[in-house]
Amino acid sequence: MTEDLNTLGEHILAAIAAAPGLDALDEVRVDALGKQGRVTQLLKTMGAMSAEERQSRGPAIHGLRERVTAAIAARKAALEQAALDARLAAETLDMTLPVDATPAGTVHPVSQVMDELAEIFADLGFAVATGPEIETDWHNFTALNIPETHPARAMHDTFYLADVDPAGDERETFRVLRTHTSPVQIRTMTGQPPPIRIIAPGRTYRSDSDATHTPMFHQVEGLVIDKGITLGHLKWTLQTFLKAFFERDDIVLRLRPSYFPFTEPSAEVDVGFSMVKGKRVIGGAEGWMEVLGSGMVHPKVIAACGLDPAEWQGFAFGCGIDRLAMLKYGMDDLRAFFDGDIRWLKHYGFASLDVPTLSGGVGVAA
Amino acid sequence: MKFTLSWLKAHLATDASLDGIVDALTRIGLEVEGVHNPGEALAAFRVARILTAERHPQADKLQVLSVDAGDGPLQVVCGAPNARAGLVGVFGAPGTYVPGADITLKVAAIRGVESNGMMCSARELQIGEGHDGIIELPESAPVGQSFADYAGLTDPVIDVSITPNRQDCMGVRGIARDLAAAGLGTLKPIAEAYPDGILSNSSVTPATAGGQTRDGSEGAAASASLNSRLRGNDGVEDVTGKSDAPDVRTETSACPAFYAQSVTGVTNGSAPDWMARRLTAIGQKPISALVDITNYVMIDLGRPLHVYDRAKLSGGLVARPARAGEEVVALNGKRYTLAEGMTVIADDVAVHDIGGIMGGEQSGVSEGTTDVLIECAYFEPEAIARTGQALALTSDARQRFERGVDPAFLDTGLAIATRLVLAICGGTPSAITRAGEPPLGTRSYAYDPVRAETLGGLAVAPERQRAILESLGFTVSDDWQVTPPSWRRDIDGTADIVEEVIRIEGIDKVEPVPLPRIPGVARPTATAEQRLERRVRRAAAARGLDEAVTWSFIAEAQAAPFGGGAFTLANPISEELKVMRPTLLAGLLSAAERNLRRGATGVRLFELGRRYLADGEHPTLGIVLAGDRTARGWRGGKATAFDPYDAKAEALALLAAAGAPVDNLQVMTEAGPAWHPGQSGTLRLGPKTILARFGMLHPALLKAFDLDGAVAAVELYLDALPAKRGSGFMRAPYAPPALQPVRRDFAFLVPQGLAADTLTRAIRGADKATIAGARVFDLFARDGETSMAVEVILLPGEKSFTEPELKAIADRIVAAAAKQGATLRG
Repeated sequence: MTEDLNTLGEHILAAIAAAPGLDALDEVRVDALGKQGRVTQLLKTMGAMSAEERQSRGPAIHGLRERVTAAIAARKAALEQAALDARLAAETLDMTLPVDATPAGTVHPVSQVMDELAEIFADLGFAVATGPEIETDWHNFTALNIPETHPARAMHDTFYLADVDPAGDERETFRVLRTHTSPVQIRTMTGQPPPIRIIAPGRTYRSDSDATHTPMFHQVEGLVIDKGITLGHLKWTLQTFLKAFFERDDIVLRLRPSYFPFTEPSAEVDVGFSMVKGKRVIGGAEGWMEVLGSGMVHPKVIAACGLDPAEWQGFAFGCGIDRLAMLKYGMDDLRAFFDGDIRWLKHYGFASLDVPTLSGGVGVAA
Repeated sequence: MKFTLSWLKAHLATDASLDGIVDALTRIGLEVEGVHNPGEALAAFRVARILTAERHPQADKLQVLSVDAGDGPLQVVCGAPNARAGLVGVFGAPGTYVPGADITLKVAAIRGVESNGMMCSARELQIGEGHDGIIELPESAPVGQSFADYAGLTDPVIDVSITPNRQDCMGVRGIARDLAAAGLGTLKPIAEAYPDGILSNSSVTPATAGGQTRDGSEGAAASASLNSRLRGNDGVEDVTGKSDAPDVRTETSACPAFYAQSVTGVTNGSAPDWMARRLTAIGQKPISALVDITNYVMIDLGRPLHVYDRAKLSGGLVARPARAGEEVVALNGKRYTLAEGMTVIADDVAVHDIGGIMGGEQSGVSEGTTDVLIECAYFEPEAIARTGQALALTSDARQRFERGVDPAFLDTGLAIATRLVLAICGGTPSAITRAGEPPLGTRSYAYDPVRAETLGGLAVAPERQRAILESLGFTVSDDWQVTPPSWRRDIDGTADIVEEVIRIEGIDKVEPVPLPRIPGVARPTATAEQRLERRVRRAAAARGLDEAVTWSFIAEAQAAPFGGGAFTLANPISEELKVMRPTLLAGLLSAAERNLRRGATGVRLFELGRRYLADGEHPTLGIVLAGDRTARGWRGGKATAFDPYDAKAEALALLAAAGAPVDNLQVMTEAGPAWHPGQSGTLRLGPKTILARFGMLHPALLKAFDLDGAVAAVELYLDALPAKRGSGFMRAPYAPPALQPVRRDFAFLVPQGLAADTLTRAIRGADKATIAGARVFDLFARDGETSMAVEVILLPGEKSFTEPELKAIADRIVAAAAKQGATLRG
């Protein structure tokens, strides 16, 4: 009888091992362990056995059932693994194929530099002020101590608007495109009480167009009005700004006397440069580059804004933003700034995440 | 303002080197734009003598010369008609670069005869226009010597940029005075600045008595005393002749002083060598002695003069307001029609001079001139500026008069001019007429030397300040009342005096002083508008758009579809840049077209800038999407084009970034004539406030921009966005719904033209309490019917929905849709 069990066991286990797939395996399972299965039949015979007989044959029959159950489970796992392996093998893709490109946008260098300026000057307590680009004669010229017959007016290459009442009130009639951001000085001083610390970046216009001039360009104006402000504060502010902007400690300034009708004394500010791979790089003192115009706000300008020049004084400066961008990031053609060539924009533009911060740095490394 | 080093040294006794002078000029505010040494290019040319000249055997117009340039005879073939034996000229040897001809000489056979160099013309050496023949030097010129040395061409030309406030430095003498004040030497008396004692008394021996002087009736006494004071200062005396003073007068406040003197019997030959050479060096072509004298005095002393040919005048000269329509042909050969209020110098019959700006051609001096009238006048700067601007006429005289010439220099100026005429052209002077009186307007200011430090940031000892001011011609009283010199019209107040002190002491010595810092961490400074712009900009860039900056002005035709430009430039650079843009799309479309022409396949551009409308300047975002939206690919197949929903997606995304309530916006049509009428829309907050326009642009518009394919665009109006309310950082408490939302799909057959938004709004309205959203997720049209499948999201309240509840909601949804003509699809 034991012989029979052994034979049956071997027979079933052989069938399990030989089952080619899950279906065949299930057939074997039914044949052995199903309701009418051979092992099940054997188990059923145990009910009719005497206690002795059950004690001697019972373990062998149960043993057989367990062996068969375990063998089926093992065979099932093996067959499933093989099926999965086969499926995965069939799912193989060419991982070298190109992916779809997501377009990456850019921020224009002028905008980026304006954000940088705002960040640096915010730390020095300067707010950002704005004003109209279509201006009145009074704000653009007269209040800035540039009367109508002043030679400096002619030097400004002003764009005038057509069809504007030439006799209109010069304070009210908007008839020029601002030639500089300096009218924002006037709007600020007439609009808020001192002390004042502002920068005013924005578009400016002059009817000038050649390789190095465009009829539209960007300037930033700085203005401080307070008590006891001197040329020394101006120099410190510009030096501090330039060091922060170019993230260099070897920034050297040279002040040169100059003339702007709205400042007195006036100074052009040269910044030292050094030559790196044939390009002028700000920092060091191998040569001088004219970068800013500046001076102490003219008493007449302060008075024109309704403030008492005996009480309030301060400084102002102006600088080309496009030029600052060129000096910092190395563009050499101003005209390209306004062309909208996406190749240029992608080359010189900035990622949206390049937000200037004091802790992360206001510049973006190449 | 150009001058040569030797010219400067005529006024300035100095040991300083050229570099020292150049550095000092820039340091004191007279910015050196360049230093040019014309001799450098001519270093290889030598003075040479033609020994023999023979006819060229093969050519009638050529000669074969034997030339001695110091190293023995050389054979040179020459075509100049004046080449002859004995002539001393300028020789260039083989290997020499000839600047005026842009060639490098080499030994060559010319018509079979070897030529070893070239005898040069003035034009070939770029020292003059002459090209009729080779340069002829005096017999005495030293053969073999460097021509540049011989001709004095080694005198460096310094070009200084003079700021508009410094009229006094529009004369070499003024520059010399500034340099002297800066410690670069001493200023010589004027008479010593001219060679050969030409301005001193002994050089002219006029008849000194008899002529009747005409003085302006008002200021005769004042002028006389002024005259004597200036005589003492400048050391140049009048030369007064016997004949009557010329009949000149002024009838306009724009010419408060008109001084004049005649000289009869002059010979208008060439200017003397020293004068012609200096004028030539700075690019002023010598014309004739009389013209050159006026030019020289103007450049040397900043004093414009005019010389009339008396033979061409009828009667006396008067400075008077022009009559409207009067005409004059100026010395530049152009005819000017004058307006009322301009100042002219006229005789009894004609206008001879646009006062202070340019003389007239008709009465100008010529070779045959024998009797002249020299005008030395003062013109009001404002009047000169207005006239010059109105006539668009610039001249050296205008530049000086409109900046304000020295009103105390008329007598000396006239005396110098007359003496130069007498010395150079001969003749006999008349008495002097002084009509009117120059406005001296002496001003003085109470100055506190501490201002140098409290304004200029530089502590300068009071005595040093006094010395600086005095060296510049200021007078400083013991109690610091400071009077600027007559030639410094620009000084007006203590700030100007501080500038003079700082400028000479050295503005670069100012030490930096930190601005007082507000304690603590820097506060935020950006305004709400600035924060909005920054967010929108970076959001747009994050969405794959490239930021462009385009011109604020566009062509008139480009503005027209956008309502036209409210502002037109009177003086545009070109027709393309003429009106202030009412839209950002025009500039972006031009940029897109350029990009596509350059081979770009997909262009996504945006710009943040202003539109200029009659009611003001409006901050705006513009987007243009042109070309391919996606490139062809192995996954997606063909390239796809942009469609209006791309534009809508950008508009909504950026409005969301800007903080706009995008869920509450209405989509309406009527974007405007620039847009595709069926594929564009507006996003509105309420029926009136348009926050954005989006969609496809009108093909006619695209054609005007040379764009072939379809282009999607957005214009987003930043200043139309509602201001963000509320403040503080605390957010609303987090309260997620207790139960999961339930999704139900409905497929409707909808009538032609029913907008999806209308249907979904109606559905949402069916049960506002439970319906959290309704969204079209499938759409197809067949057999003239449109099927719209809508997913509805239902939010249960406290308890889960029961089937009857769901059924009731579904019924309400179907009923609401039915009101819009939609029926549930079977």
